[in-house]
Amino acid sequence: MELHTTDRDGARILSLHGALDVAATGHLWTPLLRAARDARGRPLVLDLAAVTACDSAGATLLIEAERVHRGDTTTEAAAPHVAAILARLRAVAEPPPPGPPPPPLTWRETILAGLRQGSDGVVFLGEVSVAALRAPRRAKMFRLPDLLRTADQAGVQSIPLVLLLGVLIGLILAFQSLIPMRQFGADIYVASLVSIGLVRELGPLLAAVILSGRSGSAFAAEIGTMKVNQELDALTVMGIDPVTMLVLPRLAAALLVMPVMTILLDLAGLLGMSLVLVGAGLPLAAIAHQVEAWVDPGSLYGGLFKAAIFGAAIALIGCRAGLSTGVGPRAVGLSATRAVVGGIVVSIVLDGVFALMFYKLGI
Amino acid sequence: MTTPDIVQVDHVAQRFAGRLIYENVSFTVAPGEIFVILGGSGCGKSTLMRQMIGLLPPTAGTVAVLGRNMYGGATDTTDHIGVMFQSGALFGSMTLLENVMLPLEMHTDLPASARAAIARAKLGLVGLADSTTLMPAEISGGMAKRAAIARALALDPPLLFLDEPSAGLDPVTSAGLDRLILDLRHDLGATFIVVTHELPSILAIADRCVMLDRAAAGLIAEGNPRTLRDSSDIPLVRAFFHRDLPTHQAA
Repeated sequence: MELHTTDRDGARILSLHGALDVAATGHLWTPLLRAARDARGRPLVLDLAAVTACDSAGATLLIEAERVHRGDTTTEAAAPHVAAILARLRAVAEPPPPGPPPPPLTWRETILAGLRQGSDGVVFLGEVSVAALRAPRRAKMFRLPDLLRTADQAGVQSIPLVLLLGVLIGLILAFQSLIPMRQFGADIYVASLVSIGLVRELGPLLAAVILSGRSGSAFAAEIGTMKVNQELDALTVMGIDPVTMLVLPRLAAALLVMPVMTILLDLAGLLGMSLVLVGAGLPLAAIAHQVEAWVDPGSLYGGLFKAAIFGAAIALIGCRAGLSTGVGPRAVGLSATRAVVGGIVVSIVLDGVFALMFYKLGI
Repeated sequence: MTTPDIVQVDHVAQRFAGRLIYENVSFTVAPGEIFVILGGSGCGKSTLMRQMIGLLPPTAGTVAVLGRNMYGGATDTTDHIGVMFQSGALFGSMTLLENVMLPLEMHTDLPASARAAIARAKLGLVGLADSTTLMPAEISGGMAKRAAIARALALDPPLLFLDEPSAGLDPVTSAGLDRLILDLRHDLGATFIVVTHELPSILAIADRCVMLDRAAAGLIAEGNPRTLRDSSDIPLVRAFFHRDLPTHQAA
């Protein structure tokens, strides 16, 4: 495809030669539009006598050249099939210019949106509470197989990951603590440090991260897909409460599995710590004595209580993300992301609240 | 003595974010009728159906089903209506048999063996007797729609809503579904409200229909579809039934 530029009687003549197909359009787009722009202020003639073929991309280029010229433009000597496709594309209504982008949210709107989301969350919490209170009368809707399946997926199937992370975190914490503590001859206190850290904080928190990543996202994706597929509508018209049937089993499963996951993570962490300390020459009996002396039942029960609350929060956030899924497959992905991020953030915030609360209560 | 209408839609309107979808929509459906809501894409047919089954309160107007206002407080008509959604909406984690058994499990005290027998019979009615153990992901679109009809029939409701039963199906499967709807009406005496824009289906099954139009934002015709096809003087109705462009778009 070639472009020749000539002048005739004060008009700029742009002559095209060859087939004006999509490939040729790509080559010609910039030079032809530049030539059309350069011809502003005088008539422009698009000489198509030597154009052997033209597809919709080529016709779009010719129309675009007329548009950028902004003046008197004529096409000349177009073959019938070229003229036909040009006429067809000219008849397509020009799309309306895009509207101005929406103004950025003001701080007031942002705060209001946040408050609205918060109030929606409170409403959802209320719905779940009512569903839980009514559950005995709606026992058929609370499906035990769903609870067991969810407990299996969220808890049993996560055990290898829980144990691996537990051992690794115990190893890392013990190793990193041992180096500075050894300089003060306080090797044995590494056992106290790591065991308290694991049982009170890291055990429940890491279990929450695992639950949120593996199961919070799964809850959101499962329920979100059901919403997109109109299955939630089908439940509603059948007189089945989606909160009772879908949310309560997941909530109960998360409440059940989180303390177990936390105990396993604690034990695996203590094992990892022991491996490092035994390797560093400390006797196992001394390590066990140190752990027993420092980890009191209050710390253990406090950690397990926190784990259960984290589990409930993660399940509720995941289910709510699923129930509020928008339209289309992208919405399911967004819900899963919201569930993971929300689950982790809320767990950490709750952990901070619990830290303050336990400090005040002297636990 | 006249039989009371099974559905009464009275001056119903719907707006989304201030945008008017339709208004002043009124019609009634008599028991035993196959009543079709038709219209072009985006005119609000499925929205109107959602209002009739209790999923979407109308912006204005009232919807009464089986003599009860759907949005007038504690109204529970769920065991009196059956709904087949456009996508089928079968529960993906359950077999076809379990899908059909679910409404029976929730709303009756039948033993499990009786529920299974009834569910098998319903699947047999729609020609899926040999597919009871299949999961929804393992069946074709036409089978999914038939299974969804079987689930809608589970409690023998007097009123069934079908949303686009023929959409996306080949002509033979679609004709089979039309036949099934006619047979079920004949055998069970149920009333059907069908949302569709499939012309052959409308002409094959409908006793009466209403036509919604997006530009008019409401109903533009009501009556027997064959009568509307042959003698309506409304350009949009004529264009719909004769698969033609309306006069103002044809030029």
